[in-house]
Amino acid sequence: MLGKLDWSAIPFHEPIPLGAALVVFLAAVAVLGWITVKGYWSYLWNEWITSVDHKRIGVMYIVLAALMLLRGFIDAIMMRSQQVMAVHGPGYLPPEHYDQIFSAHGTIMIFFAGMPFVIGLMNFAVPLQLGIRDVAFPTLNSVSFWLTASGALLVNISLVVGEFARTGWLPYAPLSETTYSPGVGVDYYLWAIQISGVGTLLTGVNFVTTILKIRAPGMGYLRMPMFCWTSLAASLLIVAAFPVLTATLAMLTLDRYLGFHFFTNEAGGNQMMFVNLIWAWGHPEVYILVLPAFGIFSEIFSTFSSKPLFGYRSMVAATLFICIVSFMVWLHHFFTMGAGANVNAAFGIATSVIAVGTGVKIYNWLFTMYGGRVRFDTPMLWAMAFVTTFIIGGMTGVLLAVPPADFMLHNSLFLVAHFHNVIISGVLFGAFAGYTYWFPKAFGFRLHEGWGKAAFWATLAGYILVFAPLYIVGLKGMTRRLQHIEVDAWVPWLQIAAVGIVVMIAGAALQIVQLWVSIRDRESLRDETGDPWDGRSLEWSTPSPPPSFNYAHLPHVENEEPYWSIKQRAMEEQDPQEVEYEPIHMPRNSPTGFITAFFATLIGFALIWHIWWLAVAGFVGAYATFVVFAWRDRTEVEIPAEEVERIDRDSRATQLAWLRQRERVT
Amino acid sequence: MSAAAGDITARSTGRDPYRLGRGDGGHGVATGHGEGGPASPFVTVAYGFWIFLLSDIVMFSAFFAAYAVLVNATAGGPTGRELFDLTTVATQTGVLLTSTFTAGLAMLAAHRRAMLACQLWLLVTGVLGAAFLLLEIQEFVTMIGEGVGPTRSAFLSAFFALVGCHGTHVGLGLLWLGTMMAQLWVKGFRADIIRRLHCFSLFWHALDIIWVAIFSLVYLLGASS
Repeated sequence: MLGKLDWSAIPFHEPIPLGAALVVFLAAVAVLGWITVKGYWSYLWNEWITSVDHKRIGVMYIVLAALMLLRGFIDAIMMRSQQVMAVHGPGYLPPEHYDQIFSAHGTIMIFFAGMPFVIGLMNFAVPLQLGIRDVAFPTLNSVSFWLTASGALLVNISLVVGEFARTGWLPYAPLSETTYSPGVGVDYYLWAIQISGVGTLLTGVNFVTTILKIRAPGMGYLRMPMFCWTSLAASLLIVAAFPVLTATLAMLTLDRYLGFHFFTNEAGGNQMMFVNLIWAWGHPEVYILVLPAFGIFSEIFSTFSSKPLFGYRSMVAATLFICIVSFMVWLHHFFTMGAGANVNAAFGIATSVIAVGTGVKIYNWLFTMYGGRVRFDTPMLWAMAFVTTFIIGGMTGVLLAVPPADFMLHNSLFLVAHFHNVIISGVLFGAFAGYTYWFPKAFGFRLHEGWGKAAFWATLAGYILVFAPLYIVGLKGMTRRLQHIEVDAWVPWLQIAAVGIVVMIAGAALQIVQLWVSIRDRESLRDETGDPWDGRSLEWSTPSPPPSFNYAHLPHVENEEPYWSIKQRAMEEQDPQEVEYEPIHMPRNSPTGFITAFFATLIGFALIWHIWWLAVAGFVGAYATFVVFAWRDRTEVEIPAEEVERIDRDSRATQLAWLRQRERVT
Repeated sequence: MSAAAGDITARSTGRDPYRLGRGDGGHGVATGHGEGGPASPFVTVAYGFWIFLLSDIVMFSAFFAAYAVLVNATAGGPTGRELFDLTTVATQTGVLLTSTFTAGLAMLAAHRRAMLACQLWLLVTGVLGAAFLLLEIQEFVTMIGEGVGPTRSAFLSAFFALVGCHGTHVGLGLLWLGTMMAQLWVKGFRADIIRRLHCFSLFWHALDIIWVAIFSLVYLLGASS
């Protein structure tokens, strides 16, 4: 009846996962209880869970990402503390638990923290920047989000029910085959990633279509803000790379469930094919994460230097160059496989060449600041820390791209330090910068600057303290994923890294405090103008928060910095009285996404535990949801012209007042 | 169509000859590219579906690549030459290609807003699709019965996965087709129904293209080598 599921799946004898699960469970109960007591359920359901508004979906993505970022960070804290405690001894984490922790850390950080964060920012900002009212497929967008949440839920269920994979964040075969991993850990990984992967793929399709087909009149390709370009490049990469991941994991699933021989030791299976296929997705994935972050930094450097972005066209070219070349470097993840000197040389050169595209970007950012009036607000601090630290990560990357050097450093903590150096500087700093930058647009009030700066400095210092020592122990020969340490020479460095993680904890805590203080003091942090940073792209021409329809009239774009030119022309010239308003049609909210994800979770859980009838029932439910959704007759709601007029006149009046005041000042 | 295109040319020429073919500043009928403003829902939906189909073809390319890598990994078991029966494959190909043709006829009927003809051709498409699927299932069952199932060798794993993935797509396509016919019957030729019909037709043609690759790369090459 319940397949492989029985009471032995609950880790009663392991206090750490059980305690963690208990805390999560109690927190969830507390939150749900609070919602019930306050009577927020109908608000949550109508305004958020069923919402197809790209801004709301973006916010939900970021909330999910922030929660998962904390979860992944706790895994990181456990790894650092285990390595500093387990010197000539067992430490506090048994090997089978430690292996699950580093696997979960990587999986969660990439798939459920990094991806949702950048996709959330894309969701929030891209339609506003393009001057449009929503993405191409709003309901599909909601489905994408909820499928991602479903995957995240499955990974977290594995904390209490059963186990997670012990195979690393990419389940290399044959270790991940049933012979060596008979438990449900790898199955949790497979179904969680497959379900969220479908969501990501649909996001990619949605954003390619939106950016290429739906832009405000006059918004030609070379007038799009840089963030739209990098989002386009990332979405193209998603469309081209995620199907490979789906296929690869499907092959591993067939091996595990139906006894196929794609990657097994027996019957002609080919383990190296798994490594090739997974990295053919995995390397583009790195750029899927980092390209949108590059776009965010471009927006921030330009805004906070009060200058147009330097070398806009070369930036576009560099983005598309990276987009294409990112598919030609995957083999550098396994130079030691033995593909031969010529193959290694070709991929080594391609890997060095891709750094040229990033180099172009770095110079463009530096020249954007040059001669500008640079303001050091929190987003700009993240961006400047990114440039300085990312260069180190990039250069160690070019070092690792040289095959002979890679043979020495492969699988070491030097490698671990390298990819954290690029991902934290690039993706995480980019996500935090974007979060601080667009927060006032999303909620109508700024984040507190003082606490934000404190969080920034603590995070930056902690990050350097953690990873600089890891570079050094890596050069001293320490390999990755060690559960206990037997070499005394490494210990001082690991202790410095442990101090670093404490500083990073302070950074995370300060960031939470910043959010809390900002919500508490929201009246004094209120953004009345819709343009708190003296912005240059269209999203800043809307009020904060923007109305559900974003723009009462689609803006007519005449150059690369439309909002800047609107401000230059000074809005006084336009008489608000003369504008005519028409009713606006917006897509109707739909529970389709939530219900689809519910059935997807059911199917995933059932397949993990071999509960076949439940899987079939889940599939029938998903198909029924599809039919019901297809059957609906009313797909849009009309916002009456009077309401559009009222909202728009309010925001125009506020902006007008602000512009007059600005005129007087300057 | 040609009159509208003429309009754009005439106006652009009058205003600025160098803008010819570079969009018309958003004042003309050409939307969805350049500076023309948002595309119509039909263009958006069809375009998005094309992108989805491209991603699907990328997924198939991974299965094709795996097949190419594993084609000689027979583990002492039978090779494609010993297994493939080109007569069945020829029948399958004929049936599937015909179903694509009838799907095209259904679309033509939809353009004429001819309900009965459209439903009829969709039905024929569905029956042919089901016949194709039955032939494939029969082939699979026979092979598994003879002990040459996907667990026999890596080559057979790759074969069953690749061909089975296509078969799964045909099966899902049939489910979609049934839903589509019911919607069309109840709701008539509404704009959104036409859009979905168009997507279905694109999907069905894409499956055909993939099958052409399968029968040439898997069956023809396999039987001749």
